[in-house]
Amino acid sequence: MSAALVLEGIRKSFGPNEVLKGIDLSVAAHEVVCLIGASGSGKSTLLRCTNLVEPIDAGRVVVEGEEITASGVNADRVRRRIGIVYQSFNLFPHMTVLRNITLAPREALKMDRKTAEDHAVSLLERFGLADRKDEYPDRLSGGQQQRVAIVRALAMRPSIMLLDEVTSALDPELVAEVLSVIRELAREGMTMLIATHEMGFARDIADRVCFLEEGRILEQGPPERIFSSPKNPRTARFLRRIIEAGRL
Amino acid sequence: MTTRGTGPADNLEPSPGRGSKVLGNRAVLVSSASTVLFFAAIALVVALAPGSGLVAERFFSPFHLWQSIRGTPGEPSVLGAFLLNVYIFAISEVFILVLALVIAVVRGIPGPVFFPLRLVAIVYTDVFRGVPLILILYIIGFGVPGLGIAYFSYLSDVTYGIIALVLVYSAYVAEVYRAGIESVHESQNAAARSLGLTRFQSLRFVVLPQAIRRVIPPLLNDFIGLQKDTALVSVLGSIEAARAAQIYGASQFNYASYVVAALLFVLITIPLARFTDRLIARDKRRRQAGGLA
Repeated sequence: MSAALVLEGIRKSFGPNEVLKGIDLSVAAHEVVCLIGASGSGKSTLLRCTNLVEPIDAGRVVVEGEEITASGVNADRVRRRIGIVYQSFNLFPHMTVLRNITLAPREALKMDRKTAEDHAVSLLERFGLADRKDEYPDRLSGGQQQRVAIVRALAMRPSIMLLDEVTSALDPELVAEVLSVIRELAREGMTMLIATHEMGFARDIADRVCFLEEGRILEQGPPERIFSSPKNPRTARFLRRIIEAGRL
Repeated sequence: MTTRGTGPADNLEPSPGRGSKVLGNRAVLVSSASTVLFFAAIALVVALAPGSGLVAERFFSPFHLWQSIRGTPGEPSVLGAFLLNVYIFAISEVFILVLALVIAVVRGIPGPVFFPLRLVAIVYTDVFRGVPLILILYIIGFGVPGLGIAYFSYLSDVTYGIIALVLVYSAYVAEVYRAGIESVHESQNAAARSLGLTRFQSLRFVVLPQAIRRVIPPLLNDFIGLQKDTALVSVLGSIEAARAAQIYGASQFNYASYVVAALLFVLITIPLARFTDRLIARDKRRRQAGGLA
């Protein structure tokens, strides 16, 4: 099976601060990979570099066999195939839910209005948001906003989804509804690369877990093994702290 | 605005003014009394001034007030001339809104390739904000005709006036737009670009609509200034309200025409000012409603 996404030697610095120090990672089609690690370990930056929102300093990104970091590749076209959902939702506050979702299909893919809206409504129905389609984002709860943000990314029919700590900005009681949407996507075979602080969720959903520290992947493997018997002492230390905090 | 209860502005009032009804009544009494006293004092000073009778005749004579509004066979009507101010304002406003937006957007284009364009936008705003409007009016109004270029050197005084106003005000309004664009959080642009929208699409559908909504009040404020500055076009020879008032005053030795012109400017400015207030209040209400959700 070919890899949906290959990252090779990704390096990224912000000024003198090197955030990614050569990341190699391959995600197979239909695989769910979770990135775990402390804040500042480079998880979010890695996701933002993957869809070229953040330009990388060195390395290659290959999506479904096509190197998107090659010169002459139109980054806008690449991003249409990669869905990304951010921690802070970033819905467009001046547009209704429906318009938020149909904007990119209509403008970037030149889909006609009817097709785009029908597709958007069917997605909203699937995630129990159909009655919210004419609301503005500030009338929705955080959980609903984040689900709309996920639907907005799905409306582009991406071949891979990147989720950047999508539950971190939510009140605890709203986390479950967002996680269940992601579980649903995983069941349907969506390829996903997920940065998360929800260790229990990562253990349930991931095919593979990668532990990042200081811009490097220190350890990776199936969640059962990583969470029960980590080989790297630093992974073990990180997980011990998580357990002490009552988060696993 | 009258006292409403929960606005943050109310917190600025001394606390005894709120809570108790008795003290509230006393506050109203004190403010009324001080207002009456204040204006009575001014009226007294004016009335007792040695030249007060003369001023009343020269500036407020009902006969001249009315005659300068109507105009005479020898002097233009101030009201009629004021229509030229309205015309200049209406035309300039449209061009300013467009040109300023172009300047603001050009100034925000990133990348070294576009440095010359950014430089032009920066120099433009520096120059036209820095030079007094009246000098720009002279330079355009007398300079361009002097060049003897086909078409461009043979426009009307009013057109040169409009061009000068558009050039100067676009520099101010471009800065207002730019502040609006920069107030839209970068994450909005990132979200749009992540969905595969181009830089231009992100600007057009996501950033600018939010930016422009936020700057409407300061924008209207600039337009109130523009309404008044249409009077300066008279230096090129156009007879607009201020000029017509001057002509009337010079031939009739009565300045009621100036009072008329002033009143006309105030009258047309007030609706725009109140409209701006309403937009600001609406925006505030909306933000508070959004915060509650």
